[in-house]
Amino acid sequence: MLGQIKISLNQGRQYIKDIKNAKVDRNFRGFPLIKKDSIDFVEEICPTDALNSKPLRIDLSKCIFCGKCERILGKDVIEFTNEHRIYADNPEKMIISKCFDYKEFEMNSVIVDKELKKFFKNSLKLRNVSAGGCNGCELELNACTNVNFDMGRFGIDIVASPRHADGLVITGPITENMAKPLEETFDAIPEPKIIILMGTCATSGGVFKNSPKIIRDFLKDKKVHLYIPGCPVHPLTLINGILKLIGR
Amino acid sequence: MEQSVKIKNQQKISLESIPILQKEEFLDFAEKGVNSSLRVCFMFGMDKEKLVRIFLGLADDINSIIYLTSTYFKKGESYPSLTLKHPSFNYFEREIFEEFGIEPSGHPFLKGIRFPLGQKQMNQYKFYDVNSNEIHQVAVGPVHAGVIEPGHFRFLCDGEKILHLEIQLGYQHRGIEDLFIQKDIKDKIQLAESIAGDTVIGHGYAYIQLLESLFDVETKRKTLIERAIMLELERIAVHIGDIGAIANDVAYMLGNSVCGANRTYVINTSLSICGSRFGRGFLNIGKNNYSIDSEKRELIKKNLSKVRKNVEQLCEEMFDLSSVVSRFEGTGIVTEDDVKKCGFVGMVARSSGVKLDVRENHPFGAYKMYPIYSLFMKNGDVFSRAYLRYLEIQQSINFIDEVLDILDKDENHSDTKFNFKEEKNVFVVSMIEGWRGEIVHILVVDENGNKRYKVKDPSFTNWFALALAVRGFGISDFPLCNKSFNLSYSGNDL
Repeated sequence: MLGQIKISLNQGRQYIKDIKNAKVDRNFRGFPLIKKDSIDFVEEICPTDALNSKPLRIDLSKCIFCGKCERILGKDVIEFTNEHRIYADNPEKMIISKCFDYKEFEMNSVIVDKELKKFFKNSLKLRNVSAGGCNGCELELNACTNVNFDMGRFGIDIVASPRHADGLVITGPITENMAKPLEETFDAIPEPKIIILMGTCATSGGVFKNSPKIIRDFLKDKKVHLYIPGCPVHPLTLINGILKLIGR
Repeated sequence: MEQSVKIKNQQKISLESIPILQKEEFLDFAEKGVNSSLRVCFMFGMDKEKLVRIFLGLADDINSIIYLTSTYFKKGESYPSLTLKHPSFNYFEREIFEEFGIEPSGHPFLKGIRFPLGQKQMNQYKFYDVNSNEIHQVAVGPVHAGVIEPGHFRFLCDGEKILHLEIQLGYQHRGIEDLFIQKDIKDKIQLAESIAGDTVIGHGYAYIQLLESLFDVETKRKTLIERAIMLELERIAVHIGDIGAIANDVAYMLGNSVCGANRTYVINTSLSICGSRFGRGFLNIGKNNYSIDSEKRELIKKNLSKVRKNVEQLCEEMFDLSSVVSRFEGTGIVTEDDVKKCGFVGMVARSSGVKLDVRENHPFGAYKMYPIYSLFMKNGDVFSRAYLRYLEIQQSINFIDEVLDILDKDENHSDTKFNFKEEKNVFVVSMIEGWRGEIVHILVVDENGNKRYKVKDPSFTNWFALALAVRGFGISDFPLCNKSFNLSYSGNDL
């Protein structure tokens, strides 16, 4: 017993006090700044075709933040900052060009829905379906509930049964074999319900988008409430995104 | 002509030097090889219109040699199954059956592994069943009660006792091996890093090492040491996380909290090194994208000494706590005999008393200069697998401490020069010890430039170990057993 108390005392308080303003390491590859209007031949550079050369643009919903373009083109063309709070309620808002800085992006990235706020502000229970992908985003989603990030303090939780859930967090590009289980899980969630796409695989197919085994028909006629790119998504990004969505 | 050609890890050989045996000769070679205690390292097919060329690699782990041979099978033909005599061929034969329709006749339980043709085909499959009123079935998945990857588990139980477990995967199948050979083979590092999200460096390293053998790139000592550091950091991080998850499953919540916090220290170290908590973006051909300079060395040392102190304090307490140990000991046993028969690799083999570690048996990179000797446990139960993780965390921290001092003396070097010349008629093999065990990447390019990229994750063979381990134990022990293995769904499904 004494040993247990000793361990607890030794660990101290681990939680991040101010989740909203917490900063991540300066080496983190987050929101990119684009410093030129256009350049020649970039299609070959990007492994997920997120980059467009004329005009120079990055589609963040396709970007896996590998930093390859920054390495090849140089920091005077594209520079990844450590700003991690990248999310939007519409993929069109995620196309970044020269005149965009983070403040401008952040201003209208997510428009708070009054209905959603009323229902979910103080309690949001989510069900995760891993639909393909590599397990990276699942690990980070698990990390959201650990002692450091402690998402539960905002009333946001991951639940086991879709019947108990208010929404679906989809990770992975949606493989052919997972299409039906995903559909069934979604149908089992009672209304009103939200959909969150976590990770670049979910928002656009990511590195797997050219595979014939990826079938994204599920998303065709559904309203997605939050797009969060990342490879994988940082826990702080996810928590801040959800907080913004539910108007907190 | 010899029946096989001897190759080593990281070796490139010409395709013509690999013998092509007659079918009977090939089967005989395979059987005799395993009889004389060689291990099945890989067996896969390459499409040749109506024919399929089957490559077989049998590993001699003591002498660091792989005996490589091949044969031609016609699509749709059948041959006497090797699994009957040697269960270690089981998964390989099933994979070849699924991909090319080559049937191993007499195979005790022939079914697909990944169901690449989609759910419809998956649903047609019948599970193993016993005709009895006493036995009931429990079906779990593909969507599990938690944040986990999809997979289906079918238990046959007598009351609480598990008689048989059948694991059906394939839900994560996203065609990785085919994506590798689309367009340019040298631009696939991001794909390699996404084979299994918890083994980013493991699979990434295997891919990069393969490319460096293919293009004859000389790599500097500093680069190799840095890679080894990242590989060990990954091992430490996952092992700590696993100990936490195992503690969680026996309701020892302090263990879960402490491990969660300390895993964060380790992966945040990796974030400071290369901008990703899982080491994405670190690796590149010839020279890593990020170098570990003196500032980062200090940071690694500081963080790891803190982690070592915390983990030692927790584990010494936890593995001494009767309520924890009584759940660990004697639960989910995999015997040494099972390991040798079924060809399990990595941590699973080592926790059952079989010393099998690519770092020692087929050394690569920095481990050639600074050897690591594999640790092992005897009993093969949950306790062994958990305690082995604790031992390996300490070993890896010691290793990093040792090589960091050497790194200190290494000067920064200029970029290595190399040219990418697409070669034909080559066979390259690259093996890495990821934290789960042996990762094998193979590239074959034939005389027409057709490519075949083969990935073998340790989970591919080890899933069967979980099915064996739970037999005879209560179904309530399944989550604990499952966590103690922590196998990859995505690495298996590809």
